Amino acid sequence: MESALKTAFPYVVVAVGCLIAFQGVLMIVAYTVLAERKVLGWIQGRIGPNRVGPWGLLQPFADLLKFIFKEDLVPDKSTKFVYFLAPLVALTCALLPMVVYPFGPAITTVDWSFLPWGLGDGYHVLPLTIAQIDVGVLFVLGITSVGVYGIALAGWSSNSKYSLMGGLRSSAQMISYELAMGASVLGVVMLAGSLDLNSIIYAQIRSPFKWYIIPQFIGFVVFLIAAFAETNRVPFDLPEAETELVAGFHTEYSALKFALFFMAEYVNMFTVSVMCTVLFLGGWYVPGLGHIFEPGSIPYAIVSHIVFIGKICAFLFFYIWVRGTLPRFRFDQLMNFGWKFLLPLALLNVIATIVVVYFLNR
Amino acid sequence: MAEKVLFFLFAGLAIASAISMVYHKNPLYSAISLVGVFISLSCIYVTLAAPFIAAVQILIYAGAIMVLVVFVIMLLNLDEDKPLNSLRYLYALGGGLGIVLLAQTFFIFYAVLHAPNHDVNEAETVGKTLSIGAAMYTEYLLPVEIVGVLLLMAIIGGVILSRRLREPQLELVVDNELQKRNEAKEIGEYRTNF
Amino acid sequence: MEPSLASYLALSGILFTIGSVGVIFKRNAIGMFMCIELMLNAVNLTFVAFSRYYADVTGQLFVFMVMSVAAAEAAVGLGIIITFFRNRQSVDVDDASILKN
Repeated sequence: MESALKTAFPYVVVAVGCLIAFQGVLMIVAYTVLAERKVLGWIQGRIGPNRVGPWGLLQPFADLLKFIFKEDLVPDKSTKFVYFLAPLVALTCALLPMVVYPFGPAITTVDWSFLPWGLGDGYHVLPLTIAQIDVGVLFVLGITSVGVYGIALAGWSSNSKYSLMGGLRSSAQMISYELAMGASVLGVVMLAGSLDLNSIIYAQIRSPFKWYIIPQFIGFVVFLIAAFAETNRVPFDLPEAETELVAGFHTEYSALKFALFFMAEYVNMFTVSVMCTVLFLGGWYVPGLGHIFEPGSIPYAIVSHIVFIGKICAFLFFYIWVRGTLPRFRFDQLMNFGWKFLLPLALLNVIATIVVVYFLNR
Repeated sequence: MAEKVLFFLFAGLAIASAISMVYHKNPLYSAISLVGVFISLSCIYVTLAAPFIAAVQILIYAGAIMVLVVFVIMLLNLDEDKPLNSLRYLYALGGGLGIVLLAQTFFIFYAVLHAPNHDVNEAETVGKTLSIGAAMYTEYLLPVEIVGVLLLMAIIGGVILSRRLREPQLELVVDNELQKRNEAKEIGEYRTNF
Repeated sequence: MEPSLASYLALSGILFTIGSVGVIFKRNAIGMFMCIELMLNAVNLTFVAFSRYYADVTGQLFVFMVMSVAAAEAAVGLGIIITFFRNRQSVDVDDASILKN
């Protein structure tokens, strides 16, 4: 009985961690929707929603109820299986990178022997990452590549002109800017010497520039622009703009399936914000916090985690700010920009980083 | 114990997706099943302590090659596969080939199971990015460079294959043709007008 | 207690069989292309299994080469299929019979 509990204990911890992270991500996404409406309202000279709850804070739950109770339409000539599969693929691939995010520093100073049945024997470190894999960056890039399927299949299976055009344009845009995103990450990976997200944060702590945005500023700008294109946000949101293609690939979706696409877009925003923070802004690292609290203790981890979430929220605010400010690209301008300017710029950044790292290591 | 459960789970998924891919006549369903095969194989690579190859499999196969195939299927608007009416001998051929290959598979399984194997090295440092990168740039540098040239060739080939005659060239061709016909008309009129 | 090398080889063999039977039964060019990709993946699995059981990185390097070749083949092959389709509006491989008789 005890040995069964002991073998199951790590899996239980991982499952509980997954649930907590899932809950946290969904809450952040729900309040990002509200924040977008309010911030856009302030930029446009009006107040956003403020009826439901104080300052509109219960608005996401009202939206969720609305989506659940709307009529669920299915187009007559659509391919039913693929029509139902597409939003699932989009949301799954948006949520999956959550397991490699470094939510905070590892907790090392807690003695786990207070757990009953000897469950805590032999455990000294509680990492705040659900899965510590060796190739975290490649995993996130790969899963966002698979997320293109949700959009392509949605556009095709709705059997409607607007959906097909929107779906194909959106997929073409996403696969074009994936390359620039991957190339801009290469510079950071070369400086850090590892593809593991936790190792990249520790490398930033050890380096003379505490944050990699300083040596890799071009990479940061390229990554940010490519991230806007990957998540189909303004100024790259032609495939789903209302004045252009009705609603693009999710024209024919209603109620809960549309809610899944909607959530997938905001979770994608969250994903690229986390990647930006971890790769270029040092993740959970706060310079100087090691002098106040002891590194590896619980207060240090909590404050680092809160600062991490603060950095992510700053990026999400930047996304919303850009949406309220910039006009959108035309599709051929968008593709020209991605292939003829952004990708060569990212590759030049990689070459410059290679040269500098080589001569520094001599 | 957990490894065996995971292996049978992902192996079953891979085989089921592969059979689904061959069974469906609609090319889009085949493509989706093939993506399922790739993801199952990637999970098997993770259990084989090859995380880099697993991530690269998702990135390249499921994320790039199959997206290209799905694009082509959507752009060409392909219908379902036609049945083998005039080619019935293919059923026998395919069945025979399948039986022969399956027999070989079971023979290999039996032979390797009873071969003198040594134990698995639990160090698991072979699949890490560091060792693959080190091998790639020291011992296997020439194949990596050749693969780079091969990919460049593929890019150039793809661009050439999808080229259409561009508008200025089309106008030049049309202008030449019109000029020749005008010249022929002038000479013709001159000859008939004396 | 990991599954032995034989299990991985058997899985690879079964996938290869399914792929080769698929190449014979499929009538459109894209279906045949996908079955060939399945066969290449079965071979990749063999390489990775051997690389694990003999602790040699050569197997995984070779998988990398096979994947790159498959990507190049996909790009050029799909270009050829699109050109084929532009000329005769169908990707049925039985229509590629101009050189016949």
